[in-house]
Amino acid sequence: MSAPIVSLRDVSKSFASGTLALDRLQLDVGAGEFLTLLGPSGCGKSTALRLIADLLEPTSGAVDWRSGQRPELGFVFQEPTLMPWANVFDNIWLPLRLRRISRANAQKNIEEALSLVGLRDFANAYPRELSGGMKMRVSLARALVLEPAILLLDEPFAALDEITRLKLNDDVLRLQQELRMTVVFVTHSVYESVYLSSRICVFSARPGRVIETINIEAPGQRTTEFRHSQAYADYCRRASAALESTLAKATA
Amino acid sequence: MNDRLATWLLPLTVFILALTGWEALVVIKGIEPYILPAPSLIAKTIVNDWGVLAASLWVTLKMTFAAILLAIAGGAALAILFSQWKWVERSFFPFAVILQVTPIIAIAPLLLVYLEPNTAVLVCAFIVAFFPILANTALGLASADHNLVDLFDLYRASRWQQLLYLRLPSALPYFLGGIRIGGGLALIGAIVAELAAGASGQATGLAFRIVEAGYRLNIPRMFAALVLISLTGIAIFLFFSALSHVMLGRWHDSARTREQ
Ligand SMILES: Nc1ncnc2c1ncn2[C@@H]1O[C@H](COP(=O)(O)OP(=O)(O)O)[C@@H](O)[C@H]1O
Ligand SMILES: [Mg+2]
Repeated sequence: MSAPIVSLRDVSKSFASGTLALDRLQLDVGAGEFLTLLGPSGCGKSTALRLIADLLEPTSGAVDWRSGQRPELGFVFQEPTLMPWANVFDNIWLPLRLRRISRANAQKNIEEALSLVGLRDFANAYPRELSGGMKMRVSLARALVLEPAILLLDEPFAALDEITRLKLNDDVLRLQQELRMTVVFVTHSVYESVYLSSRICVFSARPGRVIETINIEAPGQRTTEFRHSQAYADYCRRASAALESTLAKATA
Repeated sequence: MNDRLATWLLPLTVFILALTGWEALVVIKGIEPYILPAPSLIAKTIVNDWGVLAASLWVTLKMTFAAILLAIAGGAALAILFSQWKWVERSFFPFAVILQVTPIIAIAPLLLVYLEPNTAVLVCAFIVAFFPILANTALGLASADHNLVDLFDLYRASRWQQLLYLRLPSALPYFLGGIRIGGGLALIGAIVAELAAGASGQATGLAFRIVEAGYRLNIPRMFAALVLISLTGIAIFLFFSALSHVMLGRWHDSARTREQ
């Protein structure tokens, strides 16, 4: 792993309800890596992501950025989370608009972001006129429009059908390489995590901690070929075993 | 036959049948007009008495719309204050509720003691129209999508930006729903106040015409005024429904017909 862009040091998070979501989590995110947080539902993956995004304050511990402060950051939620009253163009304008950049001045960036996700022809469409996969692409374009150094994705494609999900996985991989971004991707799917990542952190059941780290060494492009390889099957088996062990402990 | 035709045609047919039945009953039984006037006589009365009725209609309309405009401005403004400062909501919401739950018919006579009749009518109509607009708008401002709120926080949006770009648009469908309810209620409030003012005031709205015609046993004119009040209510409802449809346009479920 390259030098970390952000480190979570002994981060614990308990909610007002008394739920301890994370317990002294140690996590480094390397600059330029594709890191996946894999874990059972409810183990604190979203909480970890929201701590990184500074949407939550840690109860104890610290989130340290290499640059001293949070850099430009993109976030994609599980739902597309678009403004239904605004068309695609204006939805993507939002992050720029909040920086007080006019529609005209934002146009070039918005069109680039639209091209990145292949939605140039849909600038004037309203969210409800789009399919689930297209809405997710708009959400992705919105996250990319400020050219973030780091992109956080919280189970972004979990609600989509298999074929659309595979397509979007490839798109995210391509974008990460083109834009040289650091990506933190949350999923509960073993296959998705192995296919996408350069590194997987497997979380224990709640309270979440990293119980195993798996480096995925797969030279070259991730393709269907990689999906059918022996290495892929081995990585999947390892990740599954780690998940099963934590689930066994949780129910024991 | 398609559905759209049916939604118009069916109620229209029933309505025409009912009117015909009414007309027939009056003619066949020879019922006197001061007991039950036939629809045709009511229609004739509207035409013949148009001078008097139109003047009254104008008075009631003016009051109702002035009250609606005040209620929209007041309700929306207070809802925005509520959404920005919790202590404003805590301080004032109970009073809004008290005004809402106290029957307007019981407040009207008191208002007439303190206020000039026209002002009392306006205030009554305002009070009843105000609450649904306030309550709906406040609900709408509070129901912005949580993830979108997070997104605004992520980009460090100011409170003002969050209000302008997120909370206000989120509240729009609720606000329009509130106006639709408040608009109808404003008419009721105005009519109630006019009735309470009765012959005592100089107010000459439609409700006053009903009271006056009642004293003179001019039953057809009572019905004529009643018809005009109903038509006003329907017009207000249709107007605000259309407004809501235009403003929500392409984005909101309520404004779109489901594709079959
Ligand atoms: N705002 C909150 N208030 C109270 N409990 C919460 C809140 N957010 C998450 N939790 C709890 O914290 C735990 C971890 O949640 P989360 O991070 O969403 O898990 P995951 O994303 O891995 O499914 C869960 O038990 C969840 O119920
Ligand atoms: Mg989650």
